[in-house]
Amino acid sequence: MLELVNVNTYYGNIHALKDVSIKVEQGEIITLIGANGAGKTTTLMSISGIVPPRSGEILFEGKPIQGMPPHEIVSMGLCQVPEGRRIFPHLTVSENLDMGAFLRKDASQVKQDLDYVYELFPRLSERRTQQGGTLSGGEQQMLAISRALMARPRLLLLDEPSLGLAPIIVKQIFQIIRKINEESRTTIFLVEQNANLALQVAQRGYVMETGKVTMTDTSDNLLANEEVKNAYLGMGE
Amino acid sequence: MDWGYFKELLMGGVVKGSIYALIALGYTMVYGIIELINFAHGEIYMIGAFTALIAAGVLTVAGFPAWSILILASAAAVVWSASYGYTVEKIAYRPLRGAPRLSPLISALGMSIFLQNYVLLAQTSNFMPFKNLFPEEGFLENISEVLSATEVIIIFTSAVVMILLSLFIKYSTTGKAMRATAQDRNMAMLVGVNVDKVISATFIIGSSLAAVGAVLIASNMGQINFFIGFIVGLKAFTAAVLGGIGSIPGAMLGGLVLGCTESFGTGYVSSDYEDVFAFTLLVLILIFRPAGLLGKSDIQKV
Repeated sequence: MLELVNVNTYYGNIHALKDVSIKVEQGEIITLIGANGAGKTTTLMSISGIVPPRSGEILFEGKPIQGMPPHEIVSMGLCQVPEGRRIFPHLTVSENLDMGAFLRKDASQVKQDLDYVYELFPRLSERRTQQGGTLSGGEQQMLAISRALMARPRLLLLDEPSLGLAPIIVKQIFQIIRKINEESRTTIFLVEQNANLALQVAQRGYVMETGKVTMTDTSDNLLANEEVKNAYLGMGE
Repeated sequence: MDWGYFKELLMGGVVKGSIYALIALGYTMVYGIIELINFAHGEIYMIGAFTALIAAGVLTVAGFPAWSILILASAAAVVWSASYGYTVEKIAYRPLRGAPRLSPLISALGMSIFLQNYVLLAQTSNFMPFKNLFPEEGFLENISEVLSATEVIIIFTSAVVMILLSLFIKYSTTGKAMRATAQDRNMAMLVGVNVDKVISATFIIGSSLAAVGAVLIASNMGQINFFIGFIVGLKAFTAAVLGGIGSIPGAMLGGLVLGCTESFGTGYVSSDYEDVFAFTLLVLILIFRPAGLLGKSDIQKV
């Protein structure tokens, strides 16, 4: 469904992604784990077209999308929930959700999806007229995911959905991620620092270090891998 | 205290203030979205006035009735100013997006000087008489003791335009996209907003408002030249900062406060110091309430 082939991305002179190759199959949840500054967020921003790669290819359903403007990439069904939620702070909850459906013309379907996300997160429904910036961190994450769902994505990129949230909320968010994947067959590309959690929900994983993909395997194998255990799962001696 | 005189000054201030507000909206909307002080905005207003002047001249010669001249000349001014605003953004600011903030600011100053001199060459530096475009209509006479018919039209038109703008920003899809882009540009891109289009729309709307202001003010003042955009632009910018730059209701309020300050200052103290009152108010606001009357202090982006 999505394939990155030898992608190189720079911030000015800083070589942030070095020959990154990643493959995501239809319907799966994959995860990209790694330390702070490894290039995980840059990978997602390159895919979404915010920081276009300088070389390499990004194929979405067989079509090259590198160099396309972000709004065209979104219109193909590739959406992102960026790190830190990025709720529009002075838009109400329902306006934030409207923005998620910005490119859609099918008003009646949009209404249905709106009901669906309010059902998924009843808390948001209670707060629809409240400004996004006044929500708690967990509610903002729910809103961020809902906003992306309003676009009816076929591939959803999630950047650090657990960041800064209480463990109980994190658990809830991850249940929802699984639910979205199972119910609407949405493919999910999950970036996480919390490797343990990410590998439990994903089928396969990639490990990234200083801009390079250093390892890829099934989640079970990665969870059992000594190197991964030491570096990312906090189980080293 | 002489209430009649007070009322007269107040209404004079409201008239002036509504025009400042119309032009201030252009500054504040552009600042809200790309954090640029568009110094060429005053020139867009000046070009609007010249377009109306030329269009009205041609239509008068062609023998059009007064009301249709008003409407057609205003429409010409709006379209012409809007296309200037759109073009200025495209050639002077868009290529500098992502450059340090000082670069587009200098580009804006350059654009302002260029447009002034270009109109100077085309139209000379002489003041040209600007015939009041509002037809003398019976029902507008004696509508009030303190306001002329033209002034009533200025207040009414500005109010209608500002209400329409507020509704547009609040409810339309483009309006929502504008607010979203102002709050977080990259995130707006990630939900599929074509940010270039939104920025163009902002310039087009701001320039159209300036053109409406130009027709209103020129009809009231009776003369225009290439330099009128400078001082009005400066005042409108002051109004925008006063209200809180980036805030749309702020620009409206700032315009009115500034207009009234000038009006009372000239009425009760001395008309020699009109500009002094305006800019003293600006200095005071910047000292005691730097974010402006309705502005929100900067939220630190993490």
